[in-house]
Amino acid sequence: MASQAKAVILENFDTQVKEHTSVKTAKPYWNPYLAGLGLGLVLLSAFVIMGRGLGASGAFSSVLATGIQAIAPDHAWTNEFYAEYIGDGTKHPLKDWLVFEVLGVFVGGFLSGALAHRVKRTVEKGPRITTAKRLVFAFGGGALMGFGAKLARGCTSGQALTGGALLNVGSWAFMMAVFAGAYALAYFVRRQWQ
Amino acid sequence: MNAPFFKFGLFGDDVSLIVAFVIGIGFGFFLERAGFGSARKLAAQFYLGDLTVFKVMFTAIITAMIGLYYLSVIGLVDLSLVYVSPTYIIPQTIGGLLLGIGFVIGGYCPGTSCVAAATGRTDGIVFLLGVVAGIFVFGESFDLIKEFYASSSLGQLTFPRLLGLPYGLLVFAVVLMALGGFAGAHWLEKKIGPKGIWSNS
Repeated sequence: MASQAKAVILENFDTQVKEHTSVKTAKPYWNPYLAGLGLGLVLLSAFVIMGRGLGASGAFSSVLATGIQAIAPDHAWTNEFYAEYIGDGTKHPLKDWLVFEVLGVFVGGFLSGALAHRVKRTVEKGPRITTAKRLVFAFGGGALMGFGAKLARGCTSGQALTGGALLNVGSWAFMMAVFAGAYALAYFVRRQWQ
Repeated sequence: MNAPFFKFGLFGDDVSLIVAFVIGIGFGFFLERAGFGSARKLAAQFYLGDLTVFKVMFTAIITAMIGLYYLSVIGLVDLSLVYVSPTYIIPQTIGGLLLGIGFVIGGYCPGTSCVAAATGRTDGIVFLLGVVAGIFVFGESFDLIKEFYASSSLGQLTFPRLLGLPYGLLVFAVVLMALGGFAGAHWLEKKIGPKGIWSNS
């Protein structure tokens, strides 16, 4: 009996090892200057082709406003903020430049990740925090960021990256504030990451 | 040839959505290549062990800035037709602080969380739901906030206009600053080591 159980365990172990090694190891990330150059050329092409920069948070405002319009149309139309994203009704609010750009971000991110064997169901966190806690932090951080991005009229893409390259004064003030806020709070959430 | 092409009517709204999608693919691709689909990689910036975020961001900024400047000097791009978002200095600074705090707590920004979600990171998906919730809170409280939101309006304000200096000179100054920053980043990474500060506390 004992030797049979041992054989089963060994067999299981064997298949587990095989499964593990058949998953290709993730390739290293690109040199940051090369990735930055690529990102800069994408931004430059947006300037040259469209006369505008990149963005991200705006797309989620459009999605939210569309959702609220579907559930409570009167509420959406009487709210100045949502009304701006819904528009005058001449075109669907999701037929929006940023919405399509962000759809592309999902596709491009997946493509790059798949090519480098980095697509993996996982949670990014340090060893000193539980997964549940990490997800609570992710939600809370996201909420602060959503609110902050609306107040600032853009996020890291629309303000820091785009406005930074256009020498926009408000964008540079925003960028400095982002780094200041993050460094000021880093000590208190260190256990999440390290 | 006149650029920005869209502003000169080379194509219409429907084509612009295809352009948006393709540009988005490039954006997402390079974000992921840089390692920005990982919250740990992004957060490392704030513990000084890995300053990739700074390096990538400023390389992208100076690349696009130099490119746009030279394309406008040779007359290909009409710089006045590239949209500069208006400055509201106080709400933008407060918004930036909140965003920075959200960044180190949540581990992403809206764009990078899309890449994280697309590559299977559950925290990226949850972060995105948080972003939508934050926008919802903003939308629902808009009546209370809108006065502050519209305060300290300075219009479309760029550094060349603010300082009364030539555009090219400021491009040069930002490039010098970035190069100095890169050198400083390498020095700091070497001094602090890959684990970053406070790794044992």
